Amino acid sequence: MRAHAGGGTGTGCSRGGGVRPLTARTGAARSRRRPSGPAGAGWPAMGSLFRSETMCLAQLFLQSGTAYECLSALGEKGLVQFRDLNQNVSSFQRKFVGEVKRCEELERILAYLVQEINRADIPLPEGETSPSAPPLKQVLEMQEQLQKLEVELREVTKNKEKLRKNLLELIEYTHMLRVTKTFVKRNVEFEPTYEEFPPLENDSLLDYSCMQRLGAKLGFVSGLINQGKVEAFEKMLWRACKGYTIVTYAELDEPLEDPETGEVIKWYVFLISFWGEQIGHKVKKICDCYHCHVYPYPNTAEERKGIQEGLNTRIQDLYTVLHKTEDYLRQVLCKAAESVYSHVIQVKKMKAIYHMLNMCSFDVTNKCLIAEVWCPEADLHDLRRALEQGSRESGATIPSFMNTIPTKETPPTLIRTNKFTEGFQNIVDAYGVGSYREVNPALFTIITFPFLFAVMFGDFGHGFVMFLFALLLVLNENHPRLNQSQEIMRMFFNGRYILLLMGLFSVYTGLIYNDCFSKSVNLFGSGWNVSAMFSSSHAPAERRKMVLWNDTIVRHSRVLQLDPSVPGVFQGPYPLGIDPIWNLATNRLTFLNSFKMKMSVILGIIHMTFGVILGIFNHLHFRKKFNIYLVSVPELLFMLCIFGYLVFMIVCKWLVYSAETSRVAPSILIEFINMFLFPASETNGLYSGQEHVQRLLLVVTALSVPVLFLGKPLFLLWLHNGRSCFGVSRSGYTLIRKDSEEEVSLLGSQDIEEGNNQMEDGCREMTCEEFNFGEILMTQVIHSIEYCLGCISNTASYLRLWALSLAHAQLSDVLWTMLVRVGLRVDTTYGVLLLLPVIALFAVLTIFILLIMEGLSAFLHAIRLHWVEFQNKFYVGAGTKFVPFSFRLLSSKFSDDVA
Amino acid sequence: MASLLCCGPKMAACGIVLSVWGVIMLVLLGLFFNVHSAVLIEDIPATEDDFKSGMTKIHKLYDQVSYNCFIAAGLYFVLGGFCFCQVRLNKRKEYMVR
Repeated sequence: MRAHAGGGTGTGCSRGGGVRPLTARTGAARSRRRPSGPAGAGWPAMGSLFRSETMCLAQLFLQSGTAYECLSALGEKGLVQFRDLNQNVSSFQRKFVGEVKRCEELERILAYLVQEINRADIPLPEGETSPSAPPLKQVLEMQEQLQKLEVELREVTKNKEKLRKNLLELIEYTHMLRVTKTFVKRNVEFEPTYEEFPPLENDSLLDYSCMQRLGAKLGFVSGLINQGKVEAFEKMLWRACKGYTIVTYAELDEPLEDPETGEVIKWYVFLISFWGEQIGHKVKKICDCYHCHVYPYPNTAEERKGIQEGLNTRIQDLYTVLHKTEDYLRQVLCKAAESVYSHVIQVKKMKAIYHMLNMCSFDVTNKCLIAEVWCPEADLHDLRRALEQGSRESGATIPSFMNTIPTKETPPTLIRTNKFTEGFQNIVDAYGVGSYREVNPALFTIITFPFLFAVMFGDFGHGFVMFLFALLLVLNENHPRLNQSQEIMRMFFNGRYILLLMGLFSVYTGLIYNDCFSKSVNLFGSGWNVSAMFSSSHAPAERRKMVLWNDTIVRHSRVLQLDPSVPGVFQGPYPLGIDPIWNLATNRLTFLNSFKMKMSVILGIIHMTFGVILGIFNHLHFRKKFNIYLVSVPELLFMLCIFGYLVFMIVCKWLVYSAETSRVAPSILIEFINMFLFPASETNGLYSGQEHVQRLLLVVTALSVPVLFLGKPLFLLWLHNGRSCFGVSRSGYTLIRKDSEEEVSLLGSQDIEEGNNQMEDGCREMTCEEFNFGEILMTQVIHSIEYCLGCISNTASYLRLWALSLAHAQLSDVLWTMLVRVGLRVDTTYGVLLLLPVIALFAVLTIFILLIMEGLSAFLHAIRLHWVEFQNKFYVGAGTKFVPFSFRLLSSKFSDDVA
Repeated sequence: MASLLCCGPKMAACGIVLSVWGVIMLVLLGLFFNVHSAVLIEDIPATEDDFKSGMTKIHKLYDQVSYNCFIAAGLYFVLGGFCFCQVRLNKRKEYMVR
């Protein structure tokens, strides 16, 4: 294999292609690598947003000594995407699995450390800059250090636990002694004196010798028992021992903490006195069964005092030791906390590097690692420099180098975005990542998406509030707290530029619709003049032809209609937007509906035609000119002859007819339907010669449909039969679009298997096998039917622009009528106090219902219009995203880690 | 003396936002009522008879509503000031605890 032969032997690695003197390289590279974006803007090399970048497949030859450092340098820069060359090998059989295991062991230790540090409530600082991956010598040191630390921590913690348990036992014993003392005293008062037992004043109830006189041994068992078990314990004792025991118990005032579970439980101190050895055994067993903590009961008062003193000293000692242990533990943890963060990052980077190294394959001599990477052509220089840097750092005599190889596979798609375009690119990528080198709709989505949203949202006041909110997010985008917020806030934060544009465009459409919190603003003076409708404004001579008003008519009519054909009533259209007088009209909706529906249809047809035109750019780029003539042009003709003509009719009717002639203006819908039905009666039509124009358009449409259906398959069939090998003109570097199956079958077998390093020499191996005419025809027929029927349904789909804007306007109106009007209409002196909560409620409901709910709804519908109606005219979206090996993509927060 | 701090930081921030909204909206509404804007005709407490007797009564109603709006704007301003003080107190408390 070409690559192996050149780089295989250790000495022969100074290939001309890869290695050049370092100084010359860097100088030349630096002068060549001026960013192609806005000069001096400080942005990285700005690729074009119109199309994804050209990629090439490169082979990296990494000397085994320098592989780690080279990958570290590559990871810092984030230039290339590695391909897995060892896909058939399981992860346990790969070369560097030992190192990965070591990294995971280190991760485990670090996770344990972080957990202990968090438990001790020590603050964990997160550094600003992330350290680079450690060199191998440092790794062993770090591993030793961490292991030692872990062992020490575990030991100290274990000791601490033991001490705590001891302490608890001692404390319980003390409590028990204290409480049972009162038992004895009580017993002294209540117990009747038997003659067999001596009196208790001399404190020797517990005198063994007296008991022995009876031949019965009086024994005592004392201890503590859990509160929940006391009754069962007593019952059991009674049943088992049948009255040969006396149980006394009392509650311990303070609850004690169980060291293992940390629960706080209440304990009862009990004292059981029994006669006889058998009973003694039974009692002891029952105590065991109920998990009582049994402590030896002192027989005499001196014994008790002695034990208590001993206990007290021991408790004091234990407290001191415990405090010292805790202090030491805290010290150790504090010291560890300083460097834990950088260690965590370093270990993560190391593990990532080893994962990538596992994807490389070894060459024949086992001294050189070969990696296959996808690299954007613009970054090839950077890649070389990174390899040289890595080689330099590891101090190897033989540097690593790279070599580009031709391939027939489809590379991943890379589109460079900045913080502004990233949001819009995400919207497009959510539908599907673009295929390699096809037109990227995100560039146009930057404007069309906020615009279509605004058409549906259309309120000046709401748009302004949304704009302010987005502005707040944008101005504070470097605030650290915003970066770490939870899910929903993060979504808003990531979409801040989208929100900004949406708000801005909504302000514009709000001005056009003249709608601000459901009220119109009269900026320029209305074009309608009401006083001109009164007969008193006109000369008597003219009055006869017109229906005019006077006082009685005005007073007694329910509805008054302004007639624009009366001179002076309509003085000309309002300069910007809808005339404010429509806000007062009862037939406002009738007027606005007609306007908005026509506007939606016009916008929709323009949007879809634009989509078809973008398809032409794609065909031009992929050098398939026949597609333009056989697919795009018939599509355009079909769309424009029918729906473009509809737009023309709408505009024509707007321009040609005025208030005087409005009575005879034909309905566009009827005209449009008649275009297809050829009615017998000759109606007037919009303009002269309409019939001939319509006939011509119908003929063109009827001709373009079969061309759309059959043109491309027949052309390809002709090519296949006429020219034997279709693929000669292709260069080895060209990559294949997987959009339609006929190209797959046409251009021969695809090199889909990835583990294979062999390069086929392109065309020579490709034979024209499997030209499946039936399949191509079916695909094209389906596409054409989809397109033709889709034209109609998609045009109707754009009517949602009208529907949502109507819904928004109505909701806004209802909110004003039901809330603010009630607050403003109060007549009483203290009515102003009602206005305060009303306005607050209005603000809250505006934000929740009109901004959030309606905003989300309009957002969703605008996305749907883009994804379906716009993108199915040209976008394939079958690519994969370019994911470079970059340390920046590793999460650098603790929260993701420690879980 | 009881603590002057009665709202948490989030409630105080909401209060400021609402107060700013209220002040701006009510001032603008008051101005529009003052110039007797026709669009707001249905928001004044006028009855059928008021419309029969000429424009002076209507204008007076307009002015009345506009004064109401201005007073409410003033009250919102006071509320806004109170919330602003709460925010400052909250910040100071956070600073001192640290």
